Amino acid sequence: MRHVIALLIENESGALSRVSGLFSARGYNIESLTVAPTEDASLSRMTIVTTGSDDIIEQITKQLNKLVDVVKVVDISESAHVERELMLIKVRATGKDREEMKRMADIFRGRIIDATDSSYIIELTGNQTKLDSFIGAIDTTLILETVRSGIVGIGRGDRILKL
Amino acid sequence: MVLTGAEIVIRCLQEEKVDYVFGYPGGAVLFIYDALFQQEKVRHILVRHEQAAIHAADAYARSTETVGVALVTSGPGATNAVTGIATAYCDSIPMVIISGQVPTAAIGQDAFQEVDTVGITRPCVKHNFLVKDPADIAVTIKKAFHLAKTGRPGPVLVDIPKDVSAQSAEYHYPKSVEMRSYNPVVKGHQGQIKKALKLLLEAKRPMIYTGGGVILSDAAAPLTKLVRKLGMPITNTLMGLGGYPATDKQYLGMPGMHGTYEANMSMHFSDVLLAIGARFDDRVIGDPAHFAAEPRKIIHIDIDPSSISKRVKVDVPIVGDVKEVLEELARLLDESKHEQDTASLATWWKQIDEWRSRDCMKYKNSDEIIKPQYVVEKLWEVTGGDAFITSDVGQHQMWAAQYYKFDKPRRWLNSGGLGTMGVGMPYAMGAQLAHPDAQVACVTGEASIQMNIQELSTCKQFRLPIKICNLNNRYLGMVRQWQELFHGGRYSESYMDSLPDFAKLAEAYGHIGIRVDRPADVEGALREAFSRKNDLVFLDFQIDQTENVYPMVQGGKGLTEMILSAEDL
Ligand SMILES: Cc1ncc(C[n+]2csc(CCOP(=O)(O)OP(=O)(O)O)c2C)c(N)n1
Ligand SMILES: [Mg+2]
Repeated sequence: MRHVIALLIENESGALSRVSGLFSARGYNIESLTVAPTEDASLSRMTIVTTGSDDIIEQITKQLNKLVDVVKVVDISESAHVERELMLIKVRATGKDREEMKRMADIFRGRIIDATDSSYIIELTGNQTKLDSFIGAIDTTLILETVRSGIVGIGRGDRILKL
Repeated sequence: MVLTGAEIVIRCLQEEKVDYVFGYPGGAVLFIYDALFQQEKVRHILVRHEQAAIHAADAYARSTETVGVALVTSGPGATNAVTGIATAYCDSIPMVIISGQVPTAAIGQDAFQEVDTVGITRPCVKHNFLVKDPADIAVTIKKAFHLAKTGRPGPVLVDIPKDVSAQSAEYHYPKSVEMRSYNPVVKGHQGQIKKALKLLLEAKRPMIYTGGGVILSDAAAPLTKLVRKLGMPITNTLMGLGGYPATDKQYLGMPGMHGTYEANMSMHFSDVLLAIGARFDDRVIGDPAHFAAEPRKIIHIDIDPSSISKRVKVDVPIVGDVKEVLEELARLLDESKHEQDTASLATWWKQIDEWRSRDCMKYKNSDEIIKPQYVVEKLWEVTGGDAFITSDVGQHQMWAAQYYKFDKPRRWLNSGGLGTMGVGMPYAMGAQLAHPDAQVACVTGEASIQMNIQELSTCKQFRLPIKICNLNNRYLGMVRQWQELFHGGRYSESYMDSLPDFAKLAEAYGHIGIRVDRPADVEGALREAFSRKNDLVFLDFQIDQTENVYPMVQGGKGLTEMILSAEDL
């Protein structure tokens, strides 16, 4: 099962390697991991997308909680939540492909943020499936480069991950 | 008050009432050694290899209720320390290790004797720090001690660059530290403890299984009281020996791979299993699927939530300090009006006594050749069962655990988790320093002892009168046993040729060495050794080369599938 784990961690050097080291040492999967400071610069927030049986996910959250620098851990995928990912995709845009690419970007509510004679950079946000479907919808031979941020996630409504 | 970083380090150790630091100097820690030189409160034990410094400090902690402290230099000093740190980590031993680092400006430049100590040790410490400012040293060391001894204990490393120890800063030692990210649970959940008690009292075939957590939280006394009151059978793991008196009739011996028949059968066929500060290790329960196949309710008390339901599913988890929880459990038992099912318990004991009557620990003694079990039995007699016993790793370790009956906690020091050969002598050093008047014996093998043999020199310098009982079978015995049983008797590299004359070797270091060849001389040699209160005596027992450790549950097998003796094969 796919899980999205959000955590707050002391914003100190080495914090990221403690988390990633834990995953590799214990053989847990990381599908994506994002990290950045919060509004309180002494804290960082991570979103980790992982897969595993219930037992493994239970161990992952327990082991994360055990790390001395980790302040809080929540499996946000256990209840209503929102996930977003940012993708920047550079595509070849010449001749009739140029019009078509623009049309596809519009359909997926993407924005063209850079254009040359022969290429576009399209910015797209959404959940993982939306970004995947965009890639599926365009002619893949036109893709020059893609970069994805990995997922960030947040619980809906009253579910708040804070100190 | 303004002090140098090095002076601050030593001041902090004084504040923490550290008696001994075990260490080895080098370039990156010269300022710290200089500060050490100019005071008398903290004494330094100069080992002969950094690994031994960590082990000795670890043993100091194991045999007392304090935090062990070690000091090593950067680069090779730190890498030599890693085995010791990992050993302490696997057994949750509270320690603070201070390592020197190259100057801040040189970090990352592949400087002389630079390694990424924080990176290398990260997976084998509870936590570690790199201190970049002398003003941060005091609070960091305070945090290190706090982390080491609270919650699930463990080693904490503080890496200090040379310039940081040389520069000055205002010194102030905080009385306490708050860490918003670290708040271990201490008290167990009341409702859960009540549930556990009810289950226990209603149990028809209860069994209590305790591990190192009982020793670490100093819970042997409340445990013993509670277990006696409940009248239930109990087993202590390799890490938990001495948690309950081994000579008591409710004690069934050790469980697991080389545990007793009665302990393993009772674990397996219990209907309620109370696990305390233990972790259902593969060496204890064998194949987890086989173990889970027999229905039983499990209550698990542990300070570390991640130890609960990790290898077996637990019905009543109780997170908290073992001692606190046991005291609460005892209090609730006193108040409880719930009747215990004593009739079923009596029937259960009848079954257990039947298992016991197999007398699985009996061995064939000999007049001709020394049996290792006999040596340990005599060691127990000669020391009145009251010594600190350390061991290395191998067959001798199992014989020591099986035949020395530990009645008190913190008397048995061994590397249970990592299984590190070479801990035996440094462990004895740490225990002897912590208990100068106590009898301390190291039960070892001719292979293990050679992994830190250089420490005979440290023992001479600091006059440590430990007794080394070398169960010399001229084999990497435990390896040989597995090769005999599981690899068709192909003894690949398990025979060690060209062994030294250990008695002479001990003499060369200025100690007394005695070689013992005949069973009739075993007791006399032991008495002679322990009568020499001020001398280190190295007893080199030439034992039966082919003796194996039984009973045995093979790796991957279930607890009830035991080989009781060689005749079972
Ligand atoms: C550092 C280290 N290397 C290798 C091993 C694997 N090992 C476990 S027991 C053993 C043999 C130990 O021989 P000895 O000390 O003579 O003890 P015996 O089993 O003969 O009593 C070995 C090599 C280990 N536990 N630790
Ligand atoms: Mg041997």
